[in-house]
Amino acid sequence: MTRQPTNTSNIFKYALLILVCFVILGPVLMTVLGGIRTNGEFLARPFDLPRQGIQWINFQQILTNSTFWLALKNSLLITGGVTILNVVLASMLAFVFSRVDFFGRGFIFNVLSLGLLFPIVVAILPIFIQVRSLGLINNLWGVILPLVAFGLPGSVVILRGFFISVPSELEDASYIDGCTRLDFFRYILVPLARPAIAAVATLQIIVGWNDYFLSLLILNNSDNWPLTLGIMQFQGQYGTDWALVMAYVTILMVPAVAFYLFAERYIVTGLTGGELKG
Amino acid sequence: MRRRRVNKWLFVAGFVLPGMIIFFLFFIMPISQSFYFSVFEWDGFGPPTDFIGLGNFERLLQHGVFQSAVEHSFVIMILSLVVQLPMALGLALLVGRGKLRGRKVFRTILFVPYVFSEIITALIFRYAMHPTNGLFNWVGSFFPGFEPIPWLADRNIALYAIFFVLTWKFFGFHMILYMAGLQGIPPELEDAARIDGASEFQVLRRITLPLLGSTIRLTTYLSVLGSFQQFALVWVLTEGGPVNSTELFATYLYKYGIQRFHLGYGSAVAVILFAITLVFSLGYQRIVMRQDYVLNPAE
Repeated sequence: MTRQPTNTSNIFKYALLILVCFVILGPVLMTVLGGIRTNGEFLARPFDLPRQGIQWINFQQILTNSTFWLALKNSLLITGGVTILNVVLASMLAFVFSRVDFFGRGFIFNVLSLGLLFPIVVAILPIFIQVRSLGLINNLWGVILPLVAFGLPGSVVILRGFFISVPSELEDASYIDGCTRLDFFRYILVPLARPAIAAVATLQIIVGWNDYFLSLLILNNSDNWPLTLGIMQFQGQYGTDWALVMAYVTILMVPAVAFYLFAERYIVTGLTGGELKG
Repeated sequence: MRRRRVNKWLFVAGFVLPGMIIFFLFFIMPISQSFYFSVFEWDGFGPPTDFIGLGNFERLLQHGVFQSAVEHSFVIMILSLVVQLPMALGLALLVGRGKLRGRKVFRTILFVPYVFSEIITALIFRYAMHPTNGLFNWVGSFFPGFEPIPWLADRNIALYAIFFVLTWKFFGFHMILYMAGLQGIPPELEDAARIDGASEFQVLRRITLPLLGSTIRLTTYLSVLGSFQQFALVWVLTEGGPVNSTELFATYLYKYGIQRFHLGYGSAVAVILFAITLVFSLGYQRIVMRQDYVLNPAE
């Protein structure tokens, strides 16, 4: 008898997976259910259906507050700034490192690779001092530029790997047809590398959108705060109204999940350097 | 000919300088300056003048809170290696390939926490782990004899509660890396072993895991580095308390260096962090990841 993929082993696998999924989704569901019920309902039972009707008023109270929209704007500015700068600068660097031979190239690339060794958190204090001495405290650039600096090395490594894999015959042919280097980069290489660029951009969107530590240090004025700081302030103000805070968390979870479902492919490619398919 | 060479250098400068200037200003310069600042007693106002040599380092190494912060960071690191990574690997084996129906749905769900920011995650668990009205104790109350546990308020439990949240958020990331590694293993190898009579466990131990070596080495590396850089999650959950029982490297740095404006002292903490990170990174890459291509600088 050959061993069949027995039902018992499959049942065990499903039981395990469903259990893990419960642990993953339980707290998330609790938050959503908390946000659509009254505070009293939540305190009575953390996990239950909305028996007094869905409390749209919680969401209304947050979405009609101008500080929410201000924080959203700041989050979008930081995310956009980090992503665009990172992608543009990293593609330019990766192009030179992969295709243009010049004296000192290896040295510069090695210096940049140092960045792979240090996560931004370990350097947060010196960054704070530097941003302060450049006069960028309370300025969104004071958050954007350090995030770009620490994100560049990783992005360059991913893109360089991709650029190297583009056959050099293509480059030669384009030069023969009268392209300059810049033309080749803009019209041929970048369009070809679109999946890799999308992966890099996706990871940077996550970095910019989720930043908390740097914003906490650099942005003192609440008018400049992104959503991560905004929700903490809100939480401090309305801490006793759990339902309200959970409604806020729910509002922030929606774009994260939507973005994830939309960009899952790119996130996965980015994290695994393009190794994982389907 | 000469003109072309000039053009080439202009091109290189135009492409390299913008990125490298930002990298220099916000990476190289801050990191090198912190070595200089670390030998001063400096409150951050005006240039540092009060030179105290290694005084900051002496004070730091004698500070009990710093010692326990180091210890907690190591506890988190070891727990990540022995709990989080094997769990991620196991789940990757279940949903990363094979014919299990619905595996893509599971895969998507398992990765969801990774896309929430640390702030969102921390807030969710502040409520889920609340000592009186939280989800955890509510679930527990269905079991006979269960006493409500103050998850984040008990100094003997808080660090492990934080580790639970860290695992909840980050195991999906490692799982994805393992899944990518698994796809690189040709199924024929494992099938051949099965035909030769190897049990599933033997196949896993002798074929799959060895072939997954480079991925396992990479996730170990990222996991260790990750343990030294946790801040936002811990800060929102406990602020390092109760009684410093969840103080980690970064929360210590923030509390004692930045909030109190002891920038010289904080720089000393940063220098120690660099040293640990650098020694670990270089050592690990030289010794353990030698055979792998990852993070390989220019040829």
